[in-house]
Amino acid sequence: MSEAGPLPGPAAPGGASTPVPDPSAPTAATAPPAAPEGRSASNALVAAGRGLLVPVLSVVTAFLLGAIVIILSDQKFVAQLGSDPLAALRAGLDSVSRAYSALFTGAIGSPTGYLDAFASGDTNRILTAFRPISETLLAATPLIFTGLAVALGFQSGLFNIGAEGQLYAGAVLATLVGFSLTGLPGIVHLALAIGAGFLGGALWGFIPGILKARTGAHEVIVTIMLNYIAYRLVDFLLKTPLFQRPGRSDSISKVIQPSAELPSIVEGLRVDWGFILALGVAVAVSWLLFRSTKGFEFRAVGLNPSAARYAGISIGAATVVAMMISGGLAGLAGTVVILGVTQSLTFGISPGYGFDGIALALMASSKPKGIILAALLFGALRAGATPMQSATGIPTDLVVVIQALVIMFVAAPALVRGIYRIRVSRTTGTEIFSKGWGS
Amino acid sequence: MTTAGAGTVIAPVARAATRRQVIIGIVYLVLAAIVGLVLTSGIAGSASSSFGLNPPGKPAVVLPSLVVPSIATLYLISGLLAFLGAVQLSRGFGSRWAIVLAVVVITFIFAVLVWVAAGKSMSLIGILQTTVQRAVPIVFGAMSGVLCERAGVVNIAIEGMLLTGAFVGAVVGSAFDNIWLGLGAAGVVGGLLALLLAILAIRYVVDQIIAGTVINIFAVGITSFLYTRVLSPQQSLNQPDRFPLMAIPVLSDIPIIGPMFFNGSLFLYLAIILVGLIHYALFYTRWGLRVRAVGEHPRAADTVGIDVLRTRYRNVILGGIVAGIGGAYFTLGSTGSFEPEMTAGRGFIGLAAMIFGAWTPIGAFLASLVFGFADTLQARFSILNVQIPSEFLLMLPYVITIIVVAGLVGRVRAPAADGRPYKKG
Repeated sequence: MSEAGPLPGPAAPGGASTPVPDPSAPTAATAPPAAPEGRSASNALVAAGRGLLVPVLSVVTAFLLGAIVIILSDQKFVAQLGSDPLAALRAGLDSVSRAYSALFTGAIGSPTGYLDAFASGDTNRILTAFRPISETLLAATPLIFTGLAVALGFQSGLFNIGAEGQLYAGAVLATLVGFSLTGLPGIVHLALAIGAGFLGGALWGFIPGILKARTGAHEVIVTIMLNYIAYRLVDFLLKTPLFQRPGRSDSISKVIQPSAELPSIVEGLRVDWGFILALGVAVAVSWLLFRSTKGFEFRAVGLNPSAARYAGISIGAATVVAMMISGGLAGLAGTVVILGVTQSLTFGISPGYGFDGIALALMASSKPKGIILAALLFGALRAGATPMQSATGIPTDLVVVIQALVIMFVAAPALVRGIYRIRVSRTTGTEIFSKGWGS
Repeated sequence: MTTAGAGTVIAPVARAATRRQVIIGIVYLVLAAIVGLVLTSGIAGSASSSFGLNPPGKPAVVLPSLVVPSIATLYLISGLLAFLGAVQLSRGFGSRWAIVLAVVVITFIFAVLVWVAAGKSMSLIGILQTTVQRAVPIVFGAMSGVLCERAGVVNIAIEGMLLTGAFVGAVVGSAFDNIWLGLGAAGVVGGLLALLLAILAIRYVVDQIIAGTVINIFAVGITSFLYTRVLSPQQSLNQPDRFPLMAIPVLSDIPIIGPMFFNGSLFLYLAIILVGLIHYALFYTRWGLRVRAVGEHPRAADTVGIDVLRTRYRNVILGGIVAGIGGAYFTLGSTGSFEPEMTAGRGFIGLAAMIFGAWTPIGAFLASLVFGFADTLQARFSILNVQIPSEFLLMLPYVITIIVVAGLVGRVRAPAADGRPYKKG
């Protein structure tokens, strides 16, 4: 990663050209004792906030731009623009507020709904009130896995853009184990299916890993192509007698056995133990990356391959293993969808979770804890999108637009800083992950 | 793959080359076995395969159908492939590997066609015509990629640019009832997306893969959103006219070549002109030399006074315009109305064609034809009920690309500075 190290933070317009002096150093000697304390405390706060500042502003800005998209595509707005611009604007803003409030209540529920439900004491009503949260957690589950998959790649200097394909590869094996084995006790069958899902993703990750290690083929090209190969393979498999559900002519697999299903956490809500599994795996990945020898090797290879090689780390082995684990994590994303939600394999199991994983890894700077938070945010967006469409007619694709904008702003912090005129300290800079296709 | 010293570097390279020779030789032998053993089974000895060479209608020159005895032809091809495989294994073809590979691929494809057409008649010219039509959007995508990547900017946003071009082409073409305006608007919007890519990649030094992915996701989201919210209630915005077929006088009467290349819509001719133009500009003009310098060694280019960043901006925007116009093919050239995600990965096949074509316009054009052919065969096979799962033919472009980037058959090389941001100083 020779390109990444020496790059200074990109010059934020009007901000970074004058270096920000460290305020605590000069004041400590000359100013009265109270001042530096107050300032250093606020500095610490600023430092803590700075990590969150860009992601938060990115999300806010993406929502603002999303609002503009809603207004401009509003028929009332367009119709009234010529005659009565103010009324047009009011109509547009009305659409925005209705859409966003539907999105939010669809994602986290409405406060009055919770209060009423608890006041009534009716279990069913309480469950109904918590349904939006349940849907958000459910939608966040595969996102945590793909986010971890891409993050582990980034930490190891690999850009795994193939999480989508690995997700399907994992889903294929998990489905196969899910429906073909019978008579097993629930926990064994479930464990086998989850293991198969990991294995499927790992196999799909092995291909770019070994090709990169042996021939130097760039993993971005190989994983893009493998995504499409995975789609076609699933397309083919779903038409074979082994997979296709008897009596169906469309692309849908057999239903998995009940013993392979992930049970709900709370009876009556859809969120299942897959979410708990995701949290556990996030902890495991965190340990692997930052506490284990293998993870140290991954990160060493990611940060500086030459130094890693000099230290005796086998770059090829680290690349292959990292890519396999990354693929396996993405495979688990497909697995939890199959075992927890759909119970059978179709083409619709992933609305682009693999690509969302890139956004999550970027937002969280490839840290597992941050990925959970970011996945909850994206899960909330996905969960709220459907109620939003049914309540207001604003298509769910709005969420895709907002997500794309979030990735853009998070990937270009200088852009956000430029918009909000935020000064930047010298230490923060853009990270560059891939090393180009050349040479 | 540890390289401890200079001495050990050469040995693995030589070994890799020998291993590659062996792999290719074995692949040729396997192909020979497939043709000789698998394809010949189940065909009556007396059957013959007949290929129609005349386009529908009244061609100026009427060619007789090409009729070959099925079994004999298959054994002949099998023998040829086995011979080439044996030579490959024993001593290799040296620098002529590419020609031999092309011969093998073409004869193998012909063998498959003979097998499909055994005992029946098949319009070869129809297949070739469809091949060229299906290659057109791939060519636009590939040319967009060539323009961007020769200047050192990776463009994986081709897919998004095609999709947005298709959308805007349909909407503007319908709203103003003018297909030329639609075509222009598609080019403009492609250029604007490319400008966004360039600003992100060049000014804000965002990783180029991420910038491209953002544009792809954004394009899918915004076109699907606007389709549901605007086009569905107002169908009149999604009914553009289409560019008509324009047979070029004289040239379209040439047997075989004429119906393939000189009897299409504007998009076909634009694609062919573009390939020639970019090839000439890239390799025979000062502009091209500068672009290639920027893509290979930006610092050296900067030293001799070439404005690296401006060159990159210009090329990326040009590439976006090309992709946007190519996108309009889907609505103004092919189907006549926009559907969400209608490009269905053609942009990535374009990317694959560019890589398979070794980042050259002509190579990418030929690769596009190969991929268009695979696409056509897949459609034909599912009609003819051939027992090859058509999904595997659709996988072909992606598999070939992986094989090529991994250097398993021959190796292609990207421009050296492709994907690397440039900072002065």
